[in-house]
Amino acid sequence: MLDVKNLNFKIDGRQILSDFSFSVKPGELVVITGPNGSGKSTLAQLLMGIKTPDSGQIFLDGQDITKLNITERAKAGVALSFQQPVHFKGVKVKDLLGVALTGEDTVYAENLDNDAISDALLKVGLKPEEYLDREVNNSLSGGELKRIEVASVLVRKPKLLIFDEPEAGIDIWSFDNLVKIFQDIKAAKTTTLIISHQERLMKIADRIVVIENGKIKVDGSFAEVIK
Amino acid sequence: MMNLDEIEKNLIKEVSGVTGVPDGAYNFRLNGKSIGRKSSKNINVDSLTDKDGLKITIQPGTKNEAVHIPVIIDASGHKETVHNEFIIGEGAEVTIVAGCGIYNCGVDNSMHNGVHVFRVGKNARVRYIEKHYGMGPGAGKILNPTTELYLDEGAEAELEMEQIKGVDSANRKTIAELAAGAKIKINERLFTHGRQTVDSKIQVTLIGEDSTADIVSRAVARDKSAQNTALEITGQTKCRGHSECDAILMDDAIVKATPTLNAENLDAELVHEAAIGKIAGEQLTKLMTLGLTREQAEAQIINGFLK
Ligand SMILES: Nc1ncnc2c1ncn2[C@@H]1O[C@H](COP(=O)(O)OP(=O)(O)OP(=O)(O)O)[C@@H](O)[C@H]1O
Ligand SMILES: [Mg+2]
Repeated sequence: MLDVKNLNFKIDGRQILSDFSFSVKPGELVVITGPNGSGKSTLAQLLMGIKTPDSGQIFLDGQDITKLNITERAKAGVALSFQQPVHFKGVKVKDLLGVALTGEDTVYAENLDNDAISDALLKVGLKPEEYLDREVNNSLSGGELKRIEVASVLVRKPKLLIFDEPEAGIDIWSFDNLVKIFQDIKAAKTTTLIISHQERLMKIADRIVVIENGKIKVDGSFAEVIK
Repeated sequence: MMNLDEIEKNLIKEVSGVTGVPDGAYNFRLNGKSIGRKSSKNINVDSLTDKDGLKITIQPGTKNEAVHIPVIIDASGHKETVHNEFIIGEGAEVTIVAGCGIYNCGVDNSMHNGVHVFRVGKNARVRYIEKHYGMGPGAGKILNPTTELYLDEGAEAELEMEQIKGVDSANRKTIAELAAGAKIKINERLFTHGRQTVDSKIQVTLIGEDSTADIVSRAVARDKSAQNTALEITGQTKCRGHSECDAILMDDAIVKATPTLNAENLDAELVHEAAIGKIAGEQLTKLMTLGLTREQAEAQIINGFLK
């Protein structure tokens, strides 16, 4: 489903990912973990097309997507929930989720499928009537922004879902919610990558990949990884 | 009542949201002439005797009423200066929808200078909505609005002033003086493109105790357009004032923002925030990861920002 071949990526002469290769099978749920600064978010950004590798290739369902830009990758079915949610001035939760749902600017869209948007908010534990008209900015708490970020990829129907530390800033009660979301995703057989430091998420994963210094240190089951 | 062509109907809709005849009091002005006018029981719409313009009197205690006074110009080269006076009686609550649309397909500049003076009585509340819009392939569409507000004790004014699109040159001036306990909220939205220029000055003087002002100016400047915004709050007594100037800069546009706070009393609390910059790259990136092209992402961000 996803095949990453010999990715190299440098910033300011410093090697962030070195000859990085790995594959994900259709329907697999893989957790990627590793120390701060090891290159996990960079990998996610390379997969989404936000960053361009110096060399190497990325295949999605056999198609080489390395040269596709962000929009084209989104349309090809890649979705990324950001580690740091983005703030907007004037863009409302319903606008952002409307864009996510349709892949079109919602500027003039009036016939949105509001049920799908409400469902995504409910999944992340937010009441639609309280949040749809809020602006996606500082007036929302860090945890609320993060949940909306997660909802923005849930409303899409992508082939490959990538979550970058979805648990960050989310309280323990809501973390149960999140675990449930990933269990559902797994049951629905959507191919998923979760970047996380959380053991509970590793336990639901089919496989765990540990990255250190831009290289894969371990790739295996939960039992193999904690050894 | 009014025999309007498609362009005229469209202009009216753009600047006042009105299609057909509005409820309540109104005056429609086309190329310098009133083409429809109605007073209501509580709102009297009259011509001024000494100047070209209207005197609109709102009875004390009027509740939940609106008056629409859109102005449109589609005779190329038409130039006018209009004075409108609004007397808002004690305790009245009213919405005033103004706005000016110019269609120009000729070689001469068309120009509307609008001077609006509001006397807002004790504890009265006014919401003022003004949209400016230009269209057509012809020469300049020039709009110079001057808005003066005098708020008596406990009066409240909320202004939504928007220069939507197509105005080639604008010189905007808004002045307000507030008595004790009065409140003003000003939301200005400016969008310029091409080689358009706009100068906007907003000056609020907090004269009476516990008066408050909140001014938010948001602007988008594209292409080679230029904007110059000056927000000034003067606090003469115990009062609170906040002004915010936020601009998105694109292409080769120029934006100058000059904030001024004059605190003339120890208990005057005045705050200003200003930010000018291009669209944040991460905002574009996020929307593109949801499937928008860069252009669509820009449009989404700008529309949200100016809403
Ligand atoms: N724009 C940049 N300029 C310089 N260094 C950068 C830049 N972006 C990332 N890096 C560096 O690249 C390395 C990998 O960063 P990355 O964000 O991928 O780490 P991570 O594994 O996601 O860490 P964390 O667990 O803290 O999220 C870090 O050392 C980081 O400082
Ligand atoms: Mg990271």
